[in-house]
Amino acid sequence: MSEVFRRYGAPLGLMILLLTGIWVVAMVVLPYFVMVEYSFHPNLPGPEIGGPKDIYTLDNYASLFRGIDILAWDFPDDFRVFLRTIWGSAVVTAVCLVVCYPVAFYLAKVATPDRVGFLLLLLVVPFWINEILRTFSWYIILAFNGPLNAVLLALGLLDKPVRWLSGSGGVLIGMTYAFLLFMMFPLYNALQTLDRNQIEAARDLGAPGWRIHWRIVIPHAKPGIAVGCIMVFVLAASSYVVPALLGSPGTRWFTETIYQWFFEGQNWPRGSAYAFVLLGLCVAFILAMMRIFRVGLTDIAK
Amino acid sequence: MTGMKASERLLQAYVVLFLLYLFLPLAIMVAATFNTSRFPTVTPWLGTTTRWFEVLWNDQQMWRALWNSFVVAFAVIVVSVPIGVAAAMLLSSLHKRARTFLYAVMVSPLLTPGVIIGISTLVFWERLGVKGGLHLAVIGQSSFIAAYVMLMVLARLQRFDPSLEEAALDLGASHAQAFRRVLFPHLRPAIVSGAVLAFFQSFENYNTTLFTRGTDTTLTIFIASKVRTGLTPAVNALGVILIVVTVVGAIGYEILRRREAARAREATRRAQENALGDLRKA
Repeated sequence: MSEVFRRYGAPLGLMILLLTGIWVVAMVVLPYFVMVEYSFHPNLPGPEIGGPKDIYTLDNYASLFRGIDILAWDFPDDFRVFLRTIWGSAVVTAVCLVVCYPVAFYLAKVATPDRVGFLLLLLVVPFWINEILRTFSWYIILAFNGPLNAVLLALGLLDKPVRWLSGSGGVLIGMTYAFLLFMMFPLYNALQTLDRNQIEAARDLGAPGWRIHWRIVIPHAKPGIAVGCIMVFVLAASSYVVPALLGSPGTRWFTETIYQWFFEGQNWPRGSAYAFVLLGLCVAFILAMMRIFRVGLTDIAK
Repeated sequence: MTGMKASERLLQAYVVLFLLYLFLPLAIMVAATFNTSRFPTVTPWLGTTTRWFEVLWNDQQMWRALWNSFVVAFAVIVVSVPIGVAAAMLLSSLHKRARTFLYAVMVSPLLTPGVIIGISTLVFWERLGVKGGLHLAVIGQSSFIAAYVMLMVLARLQRFDPSLEEAALDLGASHAQAFRRVLFPHLRPAIVSGAVLAFFQSFENYNTTLFTRGTDTTLTIFIASKVRTGLTPAVNALGVILIVVTVVGAIGYEILRRREAARAREATRRAQENALGDLRKA
């Protein structure tokens, strides 16, 4: 700490401490704590806050799980949405990984440098375009009278148009498209450092293509896979706009449930509790990935 | 192309398909802007028109939302850039253990879902008696955008030689002068890119804004609500404009970044050559 004052002097040093302090304390740490604290309160009308009924309770968390009947395979609505969110995000993450891997491999190890520069520029452009617009483009494509149905009907692959937007399919398709590139760049970065000679050596020793990937390329890509999976999973699990645009009431996402508790149910403590559950889900996924793939926080922040 | 293996050709075909998949949806969205159909689509094509740009131009709500987005984005730059610079300067003069801990706290907002940043900001300020609105959107967004700025400035700081600062101080410069004349010029490129990134991040933010906005509307909120209620190809027209701006901006930014990288490589190469030359002379 004294180093700060020695290097920058008292006025500048104070300024640095003040700005950083405001950020870390008032904008990052305290809001989390207040949200978590709030989630243990009952939902009371204004005058009763702080009164005798304002006691700490686990009710807001319990309400997520209340009514689960494993034997009858029956789940309450909110919990069903929670499960759908986990499952859907996992599917999107896996699909992104599979779809991106060959392209990342091509970019990192096969293509000529000139072409890589051009292709990366091509990839960066949609990456910068707003998530909402990318989602909206699929809203048009998947519409009942939209181009996808028109093309499939014209090709004779469908007898009658499909309602793509009424199941979870639309949401998963949209999310895969929206978050794909968050998998691409970490994968590419990791593969870039792989020595081409390793692949050549394996080939010379007679390894078939799939085994080269399984034993050499994929193990080398591990940090990239971990970072990509973390990015995509967290983005998918916490996405609001994709399910809002491409989903239907029957395919609600957990973020939509949280939003409803806040602004339609006017139950902020419960909304906070659910938000904390969502955060817990994301943190659990991040920690699991870091453990499985043995990567650190500094690798992810890059 | 002769002599290329079948697997390699297959891979190339896949990459082409992937690029098609990446761009076709955007192309369809752009094309739908020019269809006279009231619902944005390309099938059937009812006739070509540019009237949806007119409709968009006359939409007062859109102008209001656009203005709000600009106000928020500029405010986010004003808040997050000084914080990011200060945080990077603090980190670089801390000892190992404190630095690791503080670093983890500072980058945690980057891994936190945007909706949760929005919710925690909303709940925190509500308890202090502050209602949602553009000001809360600025605070919520800045809490994670400052981390981006911090990372960019920190990366640049690590290439800074502190002995330059020492020299300035030894030669009688005040701390303020040393900062203004030595450190700040070194950091300026990172600060500028940080500000640009902050602007874009803020402008396209949806998740954090959704919870903190109160009853105000930014452009992303406007687009999403239009898609759900009152969708016409005017939304596509707005999309086309945003895409054009983004593409030009992204390409410009990328070119600048590459030029900067090339310049850095050139500088190291020249330094090495000079060092070699000195050695030879010796």
